[in-house]
Amino acid sequence: MTDRKSTFLQGARDISPILAGVMPFGLICGAVGVSEGMPEWATSMMSVIVFAGASQLAAIQLMSENASIAVVILTGLIINARFFMYSASIGPHFKGVPPLQKAGLAYLLTDGGYAVSVAHYLRSDTDNVNKVWYYLGTNVVIWVGYVASTVLGAYVGAVIPPEWRLDFAVPLTFTAVVMPAIVDRPMVLAALVSGGMAVAASSLPYNLGLMVGAVSGMVIGYLAERRLANA
Amino acid sequence: MLDMSTYWPVVLGIGVGVFLIRYSFILIIDKVTLPEMVQRMLRYIPASVLPALIVPAVLLHKEGGVTTFAGWDQLAAGLIAVLVAWKTRNMLATIAAGMVVLWVVQIFL
Repeated sequence: MTDRKSTFLQGARDISPILAGVMPFGLICGAVGVSEGMPEWATSMMSVIVFAGASQLAAIQLMSENASIAVVILTGLIINARFFMYSASIGPHFKGVPPLQKAGLAYLLTDGGYAVSVAHYLRSDTDNVNKVWYYLGTNVVIWVGYVASTVLGAYVGAVIPPEWRLDFAVPLTFTAVVMPAIVDRPMVLAALVSGGMAVAASSLPYNLGLMVGAVSGMVIGYLAERRLANA
Repeated sequence: MLDMSTYWPVVLGIGVGVFLIRYSFILIIDKVTLPEMVQRMLRYIPASVLPALIVPAVLLHKEGGVTTFAGWDQLAAGLIAVLVAWKTRNMLATIAAGMVVLWVVQIFL
C-alpha cells in the first residue's frame, strides 16, 4: 500500500512543474467562456465533463458564432483525435486492469500525463499496478490544476497579465517531456519530420495539421528503423 | 452572444465522444493483438505527436485566420528549451530557461 502511495506521489512530483503551463491555459479557457456569454457554472462544468482545453476553446468559439450543434461536436472531437494515438500507445501498460477502472484512467488521459508516464515506463521496469498508480499521480495533478484554474478563470477572470506570456509555458513543458523519449536516430527523424509537417500543414482546418505531422513522423520513424535494421 | 440552449447537447456530445476516444485502445488492447508493424509504429507516438504540438506553437502565430511567423523571441526560447531539456531532463529548468530567454529577447525586438 505504501508502495502504491509512494508511486502515486512520485508521478505527482514528476509532473508538477507542468502546472506552470496548464494553469495559465486553464485560466484562459475559463475566462473566454464567460466573456463569450456563458454562465460561470457552465464554463466550469465544461472543464469537468470535456476535460480537453483545445476542444473547449473551439466549442465556445463556434457556439458564439451560432454554428450548428453537429459542427461544434464534430470539431471538438477531431481536434482531439491525437488521443486515439495516446490510448493505443499507453494501453498495453494497463493490460489486465478491469474495464471500469480503465474507464477512470481513460477519462484522466492528458498530453502531459501520457508523455511523462510513458517516459517513466521506459526508464524503470515496473509492474502494471505501479504503472497505473504513477499514471494516476501525474494526471490527477493535472486534473486538479486544470479544473481549479478554469473555475478561477470563470469567476475571477484571467488574473495573469497576458504580457507575461505564460501560455508559452505549454510548448516548453511538452519540449521537456518529449526530449527524454527521443532515444535513437529514427526517433530524432520522426520528431523532425513531424514538427516540419505540422508547420507545413498548419493551414488545414480542425487542427488536422497536428495529425498530418504526427502520422508522418510515425511512419518515417518506422521506415527509418526498418532501413537501419536491414543495413 | 452565445446560445445556452445548445450547451448540454454540445458538452455531453464532446464529453462522451472525447471520453470514448481516450477509452478506445486502452479498453480493447486486452482483447486484440495489433499487427507487428503497427506495434513498431506505436513506439514513435511520443516522438511524433508532441513535436507536432510543439513546433507550430513555437513558430507560428495565428490571428483571424492569418498565420505568420511568431517571432525570434519564441524561436530562441524554443531552441534553448530543447538544449536544456536534452542536457538536464528537468522540466522546471526547461520552462524557466525558455521563459527567461523569451522575456529577455523580446526586450531587444
